[in-house]
Amino acid sequence: MMKNQTSKRRCLLQQINEVSFAVNDILLYLDTHPDDEKALAFFEDVSDRRNQLLAEYAKDYGPLTVDTASKTCETSWKWSQQPFPWEREGA
Amino acid sequence: MWNYEKRLQYPVNITTPNAKLAQFIMSQYGGPDGEIGASMRYLSQRFTMPNRTSMAVLNDIGTEELAHLEMVSTIVHQLTRDLTMEEIENSGLGPYYIDHTVGVWPQAAGGVPFNACEFQSKGDPITDLFENLAAEQKARSTYDNILRVVRNIPEVADPIRFLRAREVVHFQRFGEALRSIQEQLDANNFYAFNPSFDNPCKASCAPEAR
Repeated sequence: MMKNQTSKRRCLLQQINEVSFAVNDILLYLDTHPDDEKALAFFEDVSDRRNQLLAEYAKDYGPLTVDTASKTCETSWKWSQQPFPWEREGA
Repeated sequence: MWNYEKRLQYPVNITTPNAKLAQFIMSQYGGPDGEIGASMRYLSQRFTMPNRTSMAVLNDIGTEELAHLEMVSTIVHQLTRDLTMEEIENSGLGPYYIDHTVGVWPQAAGGVPFNACEFQSKGDPITDLFENLAAEQKARSTYDNILRVVRNIPEVADPIRFLRAREVVHFQRFGEALRSIQEQLDANNFYAFNPSFDNPCKASCAPEAR
């Protein structure tokens, strides 16, 4: 049960990393190609997806961003106790 | 202004410590072509860029370099976590250990501490953007050198390959930023004046200079 939960969390984090990378890369492209319609549509798509996934992650496991910290509906402050990304995996 | 995200730009999960590799790879944290120099270079230079396009490129790449700095220091931290005294003493990491234990501190592979002379902020956008093109290639070469050493260690090579690929993308974007400035200058003499000093920044606010 515990193990299953961990692998679901990792899977969601992996999706967030992937979609965030897409946002990051297209953002740099748009900086120098601001009128590229295809790139603008792609940005909108991946940016929406990223925000959805970040909200979902915050709700189930705690916030990765301060903007999703209020979505955790908890009575204590989860932001500081979330694992830092250099910690041992699964710790 | 920045907000932190509690994740790495690309995951790093190193399970086997390796003192010698840590000493090599820390160069991309605090060495001459490392990620601290990269982020400080772009975030310093952006103030005197003459158009919004190049300000944006420097701002956004400088921001991404901060994420790279975090990845490289994570690699160093995970390579030095759980080292035995024998490994430290026999690996060449000994002098570093004496001064820093296994704390993360910015220095080159050869032990030279990071300093601001690793990068320039010249206040001339053509000069600065050429520096950045060269800097991205130097970082790419350093990652190539590291990759030859870690070729048989996938958990280390994988995030290093990601970082190397980003150098190539940044090189491309800096070339485009440079072109955006040259297109606003006299093609017969790009060097007739310094567009950030002799004809300062009003240009950046004009819509045609976007």
